[in-house]
Amino acid sequence: MEKELKVYAELLQRYIATLDERFLYRAEQISNVFIKNDILPAELIRIHIEAMKQVNIEVSEETSYAMDFLLEAMIAYGVAHQNYNLIKEEQLMLKNEIKIAANMQAEFLKTKVPESNSFDIGVISMPYSQMNGDYFHFIANGNGKLGVAIADVVGKGVPAALSMSMIKYSLDSVHESNYKPRKILKQLNRVVEQNVASNMFITMFYAEFDPDKDLLTYASAGHEPGFFYDAKTAEFSEIKAEGLVLGVLDHTDYTEYYKEMHSGDLVILLTDGVTECKYNDRFITREEVLEVIKKYMYLSPENHVAAVYNHFANLKEFELKDDFTLIILKKK
Amino acid sequence: MNLTIDIEEKVSQVIMTLAGEIDIYTAPKLKDKLNELVSSKNADVIVDLQGVSYMDSTGLGTFVSGLKHAEDSESKLKLIGANERLLRLFQVTGLDDVIDVSSAEEGDLNG
Repeated sequence: MEKELKVYAELLQRYIATLDERFLYRAEQISNVFIKNDILPAELIRIHIEAMKQVNIEVSEETSYAMDFLLEAMIAYGVAHQNYNLIKEEQLMLKNEIKIAANMQAEFLKTKVPESNSFDIGVISMPYSQMNGDYFHFIANGNGKLGVAIADVVGKGVPAALSMSMIKYSLDSVHESNYKPRKILKQLNRVVEQNVASNMFITMFYAEFDPDKDLLTYASAGHEPGFFYDAKTAEFSEIKAEGLVLGVLDHTDYTEYYKEMHSGDLVILLTDGVTECKYNDRFITREEVLEVIKKYMYLSPENHVAAVYNHFANLKEFELKDDFTLIILKKK
Repeated sequence: MNLTIDIEEKVSQVIMTLAGEIDIYTAPKLKDKLNELVSSKNADVIVDLQGVSYMDSTGLGTFVSGLKHAEDSESKLKLIGANERLLRLFQVTGLDDVIDVSSAEEGDLNG
């Protein structure tokens, strides 16, 4: 405090002697130093009173009492300042904890994009905040079959991300003989229904490719429809698959749909974060998303998904409103 | 982001009129009010969505929660006046099969 008093008194004396505004500016700067050194408002007034004495400013008895009065009136501000610092510390701690949780979750949910004899695969998944509420998973069976799952949970952030771990563990526990899309969705629906709050649900799409028949079997639990691209006709079509979201009714059956896949055909899967992006204060439509997908079709799936995301992310006024996941599979 | 909730209680029916956006910020308030209404035994609740300009999956979750509470107390829950975008959300998620929801054109309080 001695050091602060000395600097303060000197500044005060020079200001009174010259009335030079530069010393007022220095006073503003010094208050920043005081804040950094945790000098509370009441202490600053005490410094001010002491400095006035040191530089021999004449202070009447009333003024002196009034300064004491001001000093008392400033005490609550000091407490508020201390609370603010405490909140700042707590906030930093929470931020770090969420960061650790986010890293752990990323590690838990990590899925290897497999080397497949049937498809070239591209995936991009960008979380809205630190933790991702979207999930994708690949299952490469020994018999050459390839399973792909994409899921999205209500909401975003920590609660969404925690729910998603449940999907991951449930998928891991499915026996290989049950890798049928409708069976997987039926089983996961039961797990979700029994374990989540009444206002939560998860949307999911699951597809399995059989290379012996060149056949894709798929089912959807209320998931945002993706697109097929037919290389022969050069046409896109929406993946139509009906089914209720996971977690609403305990006994729900899912319908399986089939699609023959030929060389150059694409399967495009996405979450509603892709169509929930905002640009210039309006939502990007599915048609616009499809246009952008078409634009970068000449790229490999890996570069294709990145180019589509970057296209939107580089738009001025672009705003990601939800987790964003895009998967493109190209039939070899 | 704002949502206004207006509740009109008739003899045998409660009409909840919503205006604004239903998202992660406004959904908790709506969830509390809606669950309270449908949790009365044998209640008949109609939610008018005509003034709702935007809804995300959190909003859908609120109505799923409302449906579950309504079933528990043998109440009826009906949504009317959904715009095209809202209706599509219910259709894509398959929720239109379990929740009684109709569009702005179909909406009819006496229907």
